[in-house]
Amino acid sequence: MSDMDDMDDGSGIIKKFMFLNRKAPHGTVYALEGLEVVLITAAFDQDVSLVFTDDGVFQLMKGIDSKGIEVKDFSKTYRALEGYDIEKLYVDQASMDARGLTEDDLIVDVTVLSVDEMANLMAEQDVVISF
Amino acid sequence: MQFGILVNEGPYTHQASDSAYLFARTAIEKGHKVPRVFFYHDGVYNASRLATPPQDDRNVGARWSKLAADHGVDLVVCVAAAQRRGITDGVLGDNFRISGLGQLVEMGIQYDRLVTFGD
Repeated sequence: MSDMDDMDDGSGIIKKFMFLNRKAPHGTVYALEGLEVVLITAAFDQDVSLVFTDDGVFQLMKGIDSKGIEVKDFSKTYRALEGYDIEKLYVDQASMDARGLTEDDLIVDVTVLSVDEMANLMAEQDVVISF
Repeated sequence: MQFGILVNEGPYTHQASDSAYLFARTAIEKGHKVPRVFFYHDGVYNASRLATPPQDDRNVGARWSKLAADHGVDLVVCVAAAQRRGITDGVLGDNFRISGLGQLVEMGIQYDRLVTFGD
């Protein structure tokens, strides 16, 4: 992904982009293709936040093995996000609870937020893109 | 106001591209600007000139092409998503072009609003 370094739209504007990941990592292509947009946005030096909610929390779950369905396992990319200066990862508490997950089940460090906290964070954003 | 539009679903199966088109057309009629529409995920199928829907139904692809011709809307199809799905320059409808995801990010940076249509 070295071709994505130092992209620039020439405006010098930095906006707050939130990516809302709502779907399981496999079953549909949304999580994989969504991640591609996240990486490009970071390459544009924008202020990127990632939120995992609903089945999207499964994207960060430890022990994903997609060999059986013969689909590429892209979960390693989440661990590489730090290298793209993407460090704001948020997870919805209620979505975790509903699926029996805790922070210990996740492959990266996240901030767990309540619905109210999530709503406040969302209200601060310039752009919210949902996958 | 300047609106960027992101279409994430293909035509006919899903209402997303219909809603996106109606939103874009109405925004323009109301005096707003829609400089660009970006097609991602299965949304890239909106760009195929090979679709031949029945005469008594709307032609989703042709409708986008006309909107672009009439109002100068830039219709951009994501190259990575298009390559996965067999959408190439050879099958593009009029006024569509293939480019990178940077074109989507630019909409978010430069326009007043980015509106997503999809699941």
